[in-house]
Amino acid sequence: MTKIKINNLNLFYGSFQALKNINLSIEANEITAFIGPSGCGKSTLLKTINRMNDLVEGCKIDGEVLLDGENVYGNMDTTLLRKRVGMVFQKPNPFPMSIYDNVAFGPRTHGIRGKAKLDDIVERSLRDAAIWDELKDRLNKDALGISGGQQQRLCIARALAVEPEVLLMDEPTSALDPVSTSKIEELATSLKEKYTIVIVTHNMQQAVRISDKTAFFLLGEVIESGNTERLFSVPRDKRTEDYITGRFG
Amino acid sequence: MISQKKEAVLIKILVYSGTILTLAILVSVAGYILFKGIPNLSYKLFEWKYTTENVSLLPALINTLLMTFLSLLFAAPLGIFAAVYLVEYARKDNRLVKLVRITAETLSGIPSIIYGLFGLLFFVTALKLRMSLLSGALTLSIMILPLIIRTTEEALIAVPVEYREGSYGLGAGRLRTVFKVVMPSATPGILAGIILSIGRIVGETAALIYTAGTVAEVPGSLFDSVRTLSVHMYALSSEGFYIKEAYATAVILLVIVAGINILSANVAKRIGRRMNDKN
Repeated sequence: MTKIKINNLNLFYGSFQALKNINLSIEANEITAFIGPSGCGKSTLLKTINRMNDLVEGCKIDGEVLLDGENVYGNMDTTLLRKRVGMVFQKPNPFPMSIYDNVAFGPRTHGIRGKAKLDDIVERSLRDAAIWDELKDRLNKDALGISGGQQQRLCIARALAVEPEVLLMDEPTSALDPVSTSKIEELATSLKEKYTIVIVTHNMQQAVRISDKTAFFLLGEVIESGNTERLFSVPRDKRTEDYITGRFG
Repeated sequence: MISQKKEAVLIKILVYSGTILTLAILVSVAGYILFKGIPNLSYKLFEWKYTTENVSLLPALINTLLMTFLSLLFAAPLGIFAAVYLVEYARKDNRLVKLVRITAETLSGIPSIIYGLFGLLFFVTALKLRMSLLSGALTLSIMILPLIIRTTEEALIAVPVEYREGSYGLGAGRLRTVFKVVMPSATPGILAGIILSIGRIVGETAALIYTAGTVAEVPGSLFDSVRTLSVHMYALSSEGFYIKEAYATAVILLVIVAGINILSANVAKRIGRRMNDKN
């Protein structure tokens, strides 16, 4: 089932065109990886899905991003959109508050009050992010006091706490050590049962390890997309082949 | 050519002597005031009513606190909200932003006596507020406004953009992002600006002589003339009869400034912590 469909999307930063006529489908309950060299537009496209580009001054978008058939650039409220489409960033960015408050921030934003309810959500989210056992005894401690890998899983828990349908991950392991990276990868693989995941990665091995579909970006265009195994074994485009075999990048 | 090692030694000497010299100056100023002032402290100076006999500093002390409180009451909310607008709401190419920044920078470089003159012409004369606590506080609040705006701006800018992204990414709007995520992180910086402002208010004389007058009594209303400790000191020493008492007053002023600074630093820490807990 198609969860997200991007039709004829163009994006401009001022006069610079960062994305050129993107057409892409993202399937539900799969991991889709965006790969490509720096500055190819993969992160930019990721951010169009939950409209984070709205925050960038001078950013103009035309085309459609359909979430379950509904255009997110139509009349959709960004608050509700971002509740449905959560995001995990490149650098772990827990807020400077307690672990509990970090996870509860999203639910509180969407009007959930009541200690018992929030307690439940916090526990469920931390369990889903496979970090409950590590953090359960220090929920009231400052979130900035835990390790980088834990912080990133906390950020995943924070995103899960609002029960999103889609999880966008923008190079979530680029600031982490190998052990933390493999934990996040395992986590992503287990999360796809419940969520649709789109991950931007610099690391091609990572794309191979965890993703079902891959889209290869170059200079603001999607050069090739499809089944990950197929794309990495029999690339159809010469440029894809050159990139995945390490001729540039 | 000097070797690296010699260079390192030279720099070390410069750094240490700079530190020691700075410390020595501070210690000697404070020490001199304490030395000259403490022997002159007497209960007479703390009598409720000021007379030419006792030259009590108590009314001036109370006035200083009132003046500080009132000036901050006007300037702090205004300055903080202005800075929030400039950093969080205004577009970067907004002309108003540039104008406000240039104005704030210019205002912060103006000698305080000019604020005094303005206060005299505007608040005292034009608005008919008289030489009063209110005129003085309004004048001082204009004087410290640029300081509060600029320190708050810097504190807000220093908050990592990732916090904002994280908050927006969870569906929070701008209001929630600013007040629940950005402001709590910026609180220590904002309070540092307020502490600096307090220092300026407590130490101010020129702007107040014109606008608040020199009556050494606890005011009955906002429209009564008051003299703060600094003005009191100025009055005592310019009259020439009460140099000893002026030194004693200086001791109290020193203690108050130090006290306010310690207190505000603690409050800053506590507020920062509490805002973080409550989210």
